[in-house]
Amino acid sequence: MPDWRPTAKPESLRLRADVLARIRQFFAERNVLEVETPLLAPATVTDQHIDSIPADVEIKGSPQTFYLQTSPEYAMKRLLAAGSGACYQICKSFRQSDAGARHNPEFTMLEWYRPDFSLEELMDEVEQLLREFLPQATVPRLTYRELFQRHLGIDPHQTELETLRRLTHENLPVDPTKLDATDCLQLLLGQTIEPQLPKYCFIHDYPAAQAALARIEPDPEGEPVARRFELFGHGMELANGYDEETSAAKLRDRFERDRQKRAHLGRPVPEIDEKLLEALEHGLPPCTGVAFGIDRLLMALSAAESIAEVLTFPIDRI
Amino acid sequence: MTSYSTNEFKSGLKLLVDGEPCSILENEFVKPGKGQAFNRVKFRNLLNGRVWERTFKSGESLEGADVLELDMEYLYEDGEFWYFMKVDGSYEQLAADAGAISEAKNWLKPQEAYQVVLWNEKPISVIPPNFIELEVTQTDPGLKGDTAQGGSKPATLSSGAVVKVPLFVNQGDVLRVDTRNGEYQNRVTR
Repeated sequence: MPDWRPTAKPESLRLRADVLARIRQFFAERNVLEVETPLLAPATVTDQHIDSIPADVEIKGSPQTFYLQTSPEYAMKRLLAAGSGACYQICKSFRQSDAGARHNPEFTMLEWYRPDFSLEELMDEVEQLLREFLPQATVPRLTYRELFQRHLGIDPHQTELETLRRLTHENLPVDPTKLDATDCLQLLLGQTIEPQLPKYCFIHDYPAAQAALARIEPDPEGEPVARRFELFGHGMELANGYDEETSAAKLRDRFERDRQKRAHLGRPVPEIDEKLLEALEHGLPPCTGVAFGIDRLLMALSAAESIAEVLTFPIDRI
Repeated sequence: MTSYSTNEFKSGLKLLVDGEPCSILENEFVKPGKGQAFNRVKFRNLLNGRVWERTFKSGESLEGADVLELDMEYLYEDGEFWYFMKVDGSYEQLAADAGAISEAKNWLKPQEAYQVVLWNEKPISVIPPNFIELEVTQTDPGLKGDTAQGGSKPATLSSGAVVKVPLFVNQGDVLRVDTRNGEYQNRVTR
């Protein structure tokens, strides 16, 4: 018998409606503009570990391949370059991935951009938003280095691959020979450190290799780090924020490197989004931006074990 | 031999891990927003029953284990091997060694059907039915009138197992026993 019923209970539907209404009120009070950008685009992210879902669209009689957007980031940056000012969007995002307790191939993202906000000011605002729902929450800020020093006794920016592999193997049942330094750090963070994190916290100043679209700048110890943060809550990544890299040339380099890695791995190699780079050439104002997973936030607020509890119809129930 | 990629992993799938046949119990997909995806997998090792946990890069493949579960009839033992017969009409017999028989040794009864797990066509484990009826071969005499409550006493069954039974049970009675925990269920009326 096909099960047609939703997996979310009525109280979960009400919680979602309430959270969305309060987010809109939060940004209205701060004069941040709500925007909408297309979910279908001819280009998509080149990130080595994010696969887009293609969609064939017939345009004037000829089929074209579009991609369901993995986040509204590129289109929103084009708006910022065109002078939109601070803006936010609540939309569905899509990623080709296994479904799991914390993943569904389509999910709801809240993304916002703040011209002239520092990364610290953006963390302040993320914290204020979280307090709309959890007035008592305290959100300590920890650097990536501090966490690895405290829990594993190493400086993650200075540790050799062999040591990282040995540590990963000591802590996790995994074949370390297949792992690169970033894999090791991410496994150690996700599997060993994450369970010991405070209920809510920010981790910031990531290794430069994990910069994605964030600026790379020297930290107080002179180490080049990615000016990026993540908000963790209930042992999950809830939000990911950047001090945005505004140089078209630097981003083109990163996109090309992503593409080479993808080609090397035999994965699909998407075209570079030239319109995004043109917009950056024109000029993206200095800004910070953050993507907040709404389904994950709802999971944290309702202490849900599985994302299915906060979705009406997860992928295996559609 | 077929190999299976992590995206085909599901509970019950039989794979070779470090050369030993294992069955997937749980498969959890873990992935940071920016970064490599991994599968955290819990296995039961089919040779020794131990539960193993392994983490794989998503997209990695493991070789499938040629594992077959067959209903077979128990025949006899010769001190070294326990013999089972296929019930598919072929009357083919297979010998299970002590390692494969393991705990099932307590619950053997000729002509009864058992699930025999074969790896590369050799028995590696034997799973008895959840409930089995066995005769009491030795126990202290029953207490007259005591048919309901009260203490318990040990009784040896025809398979060699010793189980706790109510005081009213007598030698020669046939008992129904839960093979998963060795608990007495009831006396079978004939």
